[in-house]
Amino acid sequence: MTVTPDLDLRFREAAAAEGLLDVGFDVIESPIGPLLVAATNRGLARIFFDAEPELHLERLAQAYGPRVLRSAGSVDSAHRQLDEYFSGSRSSFELDVDLRGSAPFAQHVLDELARVPYGQTTTYGTLAAKVGSPRGARAVGMVMNRNPIPIVLPCHRVVGANGSLTGYAGGLDVKEKLLRLEGALLA
Amino acid sequence: MEATVTVPPFESFYVEHRDVVLGFLRRRLGGQAAEDAFQETFLRALRAYDRLDHGEHLRAWVLTIAARLVIDTSRRSKPVSHELPEVPVEDGRPAYAQIEHLAGGLPPTERAAVVLRYAYDLAYDDIALALDSTPEAARQAASSGVRRLRAGRIHDRYA
Repeated sequence: MTVTPDLDLRFREAAAAEGLLDVGFDVIESPIGPLLVAATNRGLARIFFDAEPELHLERLAQAYGPRVLRSAGSVDSAHRQLDEYFSGSRSSFELDVDLRGSAPFAQHVLDELARVPYGQTTTYGTLAAKVGSPRGARAVGMVMNRNPIPIVLPCHRVVGANGSLTGYAGGLDVKEKLLRLEGALLA
Repeated sequence: MEATVTVPPFESFYVEHRDVVLGFLRRRLGGQAAEDAFQETFLRALRAYDRLDHGEHLRAWVLTIAARLVIDTSRRSKPVSHELPEVPVEDGRPAYAQIEHLAGGLPPTERAAVVLRYAYDLAYDDIALALDSTPEAARQAASSGVRRLRAGRIHDRYA
């Protein structure tokens, strides 16, 4: 006896609509490949470039609670804004974020990162100075590396002091693609 | 926040048991009623999920929720007489609540088998599904549970 896609969908959306989930997620398509997007009742919590749900269910449950369920409704505003971003019609995100999985220093850095404007780049050292830790470029690099919400928190806009792209969780080609999309690199 | 999670992520639990639950509800309620009860079963499971102490016997647990819904649904669909008001009963607890209470001291598998068989009237085929075993093993677990209850030999460690 197999559950039909329609019945399955109805349950998932009812669960999300009733606010019963610790974290809801969905896999969305994008020009840089499928993304797994996860949100809690506080806001957008994670974006993963490797979009296989099985890789992340346990981690999401550990971080936010066991009521983890795939449902489009949980992430619809993030989904819509990401679509607009990738189509070039959106240059800033208006989304609540849930950073409770990050340490206080990381949260401070991520708050500052969120202020780096669309289409511009900054360096690890500049960002470190802005959070009052001028010698903390390496620590800032670590925070970028563990950024729970890439793209929306734009760690792709942070480059090395000599302008090199340095590194990116989604791969350097993705970083380059995002910067070209924003016009920060010449197409 | 690092919670010690002992139950699987709900997504895994749901995907693993949804077909069995729907099959059970279809046999008991048929078509549309089964679909309504399916959604309600998993919504109830979701509401209780973060209060579970452990991840054992989850299939039996969710089938118990489904079976309780079947009982509620059947009761609702009975015609109600408006002429004779219902007589209040001293002990208004339904049979399944009493048996669940009584069986609380049994070892987990026997408890599940006794409750599913005698409180929810599940067939041994369904109980076997719930316990992930065979109908014969389910029958044995239920009867040894009943023997234990009759003899009053319930160990404290299960109470």
